[in-house]
Amino acid sequence: MLKATLKSVLARKLRLVLSGLAVVLGVMFVSGSFVLTDTLDRSFKDLFATVYSEVDVQVAVRAKVDAGDPEAALAGTLTADDLKAVESVDGVRTAVGDVIGSARPIGENGKVLTTSGAPRLGTAWRDGGQEELREGRAPQRDDEVAISAYLAETGGFTVGEQVSVLTLEPKRTFTVAGIFGYPGDRDSLGGELTTAFTEPVAQQLLLGTPGAYSGVTVRADDGVTQAVLRDRVQAALGDEYQVKTGEQLAKESADEIGEGLAFFNYVLLGFAGIALFVGIFIILNTFSIIVAQRTRELALLRAMGAGRKQMIASVVVEAVVIGVIASVVGLGAGIGVGALLATLFSTFGGGSMQLAGIAVPTSAIVSSFAVGIVVTVLAALLPAVRASRIPPVAALREAATPDRPLTRLTVAGAALSLVGGGALGLGFVDGTLWLIMSGLLVSFVGVALLTPLISRPVVSLIGKLLAWSVPGTLGRRNSARNPRRTAITAAALMVGIALITGVSVVLTSATTSITKVADTQIKADLIISGESTNGESSGAFAGDRMDRVLATPGVESGFGWYNDAVLLDGQQKFGVVVTDVPAMERIFGLDAAGGTIAPLREGEIGLDQVAATALNLRQGSSVVVQTTKGEQRTYTVAFVLAKSRVVNDAVFLPRSVVDELALAKISSAFVKADAGVDVGSLRRSIEPLFADNPEVSVQDLSSYARQQAAQLDTVLLMIQILLALAILIAVLGVINTLALSVIERTRELGLLRAIGMRRAQVMRMITVESVVISVFGALLGLVVGTALGVAAVQALEDVGITDLGIPWAQLGSYLLVAAGVGVVAAILPAIRAARLNVLQAVSYE
Amino acid sequence: MTGNVGAAARAVDVWKSYGTGEAAVTALAGVSVEFDRGRFTAIMGPSGSGKSTLMHCLAGLDTIDSGDVWIGGTKVNGLRDKGLTELRRSQVGFIFQQFNLLPTLTAEENITLPLAIGGQKVDRAWFDTVIDTVGLRDRLTHRPTQLSGGQQQRVACARALVARPEVVFADEPTGNLDSRSGAEVLGFLQRSARDFDQTVVMVTHDPNAASYADRVIFLADGRIVRELHHPTAADVLDTMKSLDGDDRLVVA
Repeated sequence: MLKATLKSVLARKLRLVLSGLAVVLGVMFVSGSFVLTDTLDRSFKDLFATVYSEVDVQVAVRAKVDAGDPEAALAGTLTADDLKAVESVDGVRTAVGDVIGSARPIGENGKVLTTSGAPRLGTAWRDGGQEELREGRAPQRDDEVAISAYLAETGGFTVGEQVSVLTLEPKRTFTVAGIFGYPGDRDSLGGELTTAFTEPVAQQLLLGTPGAYSGVTVRADDGVTQAVLRDRVQAALGDEYQVKTGEQLAKESADEIGEGLAFFNYVLLGFAGIALFVGIFIILNTFSIIVAQRTRELALLRAMGAGRKQMIASVVVEAVVIGVIASVVGLGAGIGVGALLATLFSTFGGGSMQLAGIAVPTSAIVSSFAVGIVVTVLAALLPAVRASRIPPVAALREAATPDRPLTRLTVAGAALSLVGGGALGLGFVDGTLWLIMSGLLVSFVGVALLTPLISRPVVSLIGKLLAWSVPGTLGRRNSARNPRRTAITAAALMVGIALITGVSVVLTSATTSITKVADTQIKADLIISGESTNGESSGAFAGDRMDRVLATPGVESGFGWYNDAVLLDGQQKFGVVVTDVPAMERIFGLDAAGGTIAPLREGEIGLDQVAATALNLRQGSSVVVQTTKGEQRTYTVAFVLAKSRVVNDAVFLPRSVVDELALAKISSAFVKADAGVDVGSLRRSIEPLFADNPEVSVQDLSSYARQQAAQLDTVLLMIQILLALAILIAVLGVINTLALSVIERTRELGLLRAIGMRRAQVMRMITVESVVISVFGALLGLVVGTALGVAAVQALEDVGITDLGIPWAQLGSYLLVAAGVGVVAAILPAIRAARLNVLQAVSYE
Repeated sequence: MTGNVGAAARAVDVWKSYGTGEAAVTALAGVSVEFDRGRFTAIMGPSGSGKSTLMHCLAGLDTIDSGDVWIGGTKVNGLRDKGLTELRRSQVGFIFQQFNLLPTLTAEENITLPLAIGGQKVDRAWFDTVIDTVGLRDRLTHRPTQLSGGQQQRVACARALVARPEVVFADEPTGNLDSRSGAEVLGFLQRSARDFDQTVVMVTHDPNAASYADRVIFLADGRIVRELHHPTAADVLDTMKSLDGDDRLVVA
């Protein structure tokens, strides 16, 4: 029996390849993501081990508000006295004050240089540090810097040239005195851009305080361990200081990156899951068709005495064989893809980051085989059971068994759709991810089961629109003749299209909401804001600039805001200091739900409704506030804002706390023009105020909204690319179904050719069938996806997505893509059909 | 060179073998035969005699090694796929032993399919004549699965005739039918030759079926060995027996 099965698998290589390919792609994604994250994880561990190789203990000021972003906010600085205190600790060989902060060099085109994730750092030059001068010399004068080789390469700077740098202060220009690299001939440690100043300049520009240090790096005397020294330093300095060992820091940094990578891994695995889910449809369909085609053969086996279990086993063994082969191939391909992506990441994303060797983690191997085999066998189980139910007498019957009624399928489909939809709805309301995911899967299965019922009318309608010639009519009828087969093939396509559609609807709604808020709620004419790259926002400006903006002729009113994380009764909130509260009230169209909106006095804060509800505070309540640099104080809630679409979950603080914020600078400002003033010319008269800071842009409201929305386009593109894999697999399914149908209809094709159908007509017939199936799947996907998107938008109202936007043009393009996919999928089966030898085809058994 | 005006189909010294070297089997060994217009001819012979091969070669379904094959004024050998398709569409009609109809089409759609494929208009008067002759008037909207075997085969006959081809080739058209349905189909083929001047060539191994033909030619080992005109079933049976002396080949 086993031998017979294996022979049958080998005899049908095409079928093996096509149904296996879906699994291969899914497994490739799984193993690829494991290999990629494993490689990157080890690379980052190596990187941080190098970074902290010459650090035994490091001292910093303990953060009062942990904003979770190590670069953005410096909790505080250390003084020369602190440094002396560290030096005098027993066991300290050397203690060096570090000056590290954000420094963004400006490139030759006048734009600020960017990295793809790594920081842009400024430091104070230290002789004898890790840096190795390659050219020139160390910076000695206040207008000199040394730059890292990677920065020199990125910006095209050479020794003796000028380089402008943005720091806490606006643009300053320096002469490049030297270019340095790192041990191991590296241009950078991990793709970061580094500018090294003289110490006083670094302290002023990076920390804003002369004589201050961001931290102290300690080397231990021989025989003193890192941990012992850490404890001694901690005891000497007290609890306000954070003291960590080099090993600890290396591990923490690597772990932090590791968390990010783990998230990345989950995302990739999520897409692998989608790919495999689609793969299940295809394998199920392939095995169903094969079982149907082999009905007589299987019945003959039954007639010869094969038991039901043997029948099931024969199909399952075939599935296992395909699963194993596909897993091996998928694992191999995944290792290649993982290695390729890691290399891309290191060259494109990390500059000169050194990759640890590519290795294949056990998790990749185990998950590849588990996933590949389980998925294949699972998908083959239903057809296997069906095979076992073939009565022996079917061997003697001429025609295939008639179509079974769809009632049970439809009832099951409706039930599953309801259950899935319900779970999905609950998940959206609670924000429970697993409910959303499982709801989504169950709904997809439910809709797939309902598909055969709707396929007949819908397919014939699509067909009528697409096909009028004789081959077209035949193709249309062919696609309608086996509703289950058409339905499953289309359903596989539906999954990918539905997900893409859903995401598109949500993102378009977000864009619509942003635009609508900008159009209807914000009465500002100009918005002055910094840019935000890699989540690090820069381009804040000092408060006196705001005064000059307000003094510009043609400006009616305006306000700027400072922001930083603050703790309210221990809970982290988004804290804002507004320069002119009444101006904000007017420009944002705010209403009070409690108290009156007025400038905040010392000891007063304002809240919006969302924050007030979350903290259970009302007007008049007292609350303990902790800012980044200040002491804990008790504030009274002066006003609570009514629910607004502009302000969401914010805490307003009085202007007196500005200096307690991590960065005492305005991050954005909203300006209203006098009536009758041309906004364009006003913008042109304000722009020169920020000429020294290319990170600040002055935009009118609509371009600001567009810019905000444009960020979502990138997200959409990424998701589209990843989901394209699911569609690719679905295309394999269409090819598979058509190829098997062509084999099944060999005699029909022979007959058509015998009575005079041209090859081109045969190909057109197959193509129409393919396009009809694809368009049907796309339509299903569009409907289901739009419903998903609408539901998600409803659930996301609290996050600020208040207006539903349907991306009609995108939806239309998905439909067109599906039609194109249909044409492409038909190519091979159509050629195969057209090449059939008429005589052999007519007498094909 | 033009074809013989009197012959609807013609084979001139046709050779055909399958396989190469030791395993080569000669299916047709210099067959020359003419099929006169408006006559119903049956080709008979034991299994392996080459009767089906002859028909396939005449119809352009199979290639020949040497010789010439003509359908009307068209030389079949040497035609490429496009020419052969055109030939099958306009000058040849087929009736196979089974599986003649497309399951997705109604009887009427099946009948007019060759015309539809070629984008030709249906001659309603001729269509009605054919339909009435085969007696399918009340079955036109049925799908093949709703028709009996005999009805299906009559639909196939109607389809073969509706384009008024030069020749209708029938390959064991009654092989799968009971004797009554078979008789109906054969009677119809006979009438289309007699009444509509339609050339019909039928391959069969059934002496009874052959007795409907105007002319029966006998093949053995790839050669034409005997010919009968207006024979009875008994004549045919006797000839078969004399050819082979083996009753086993004759299936009544």
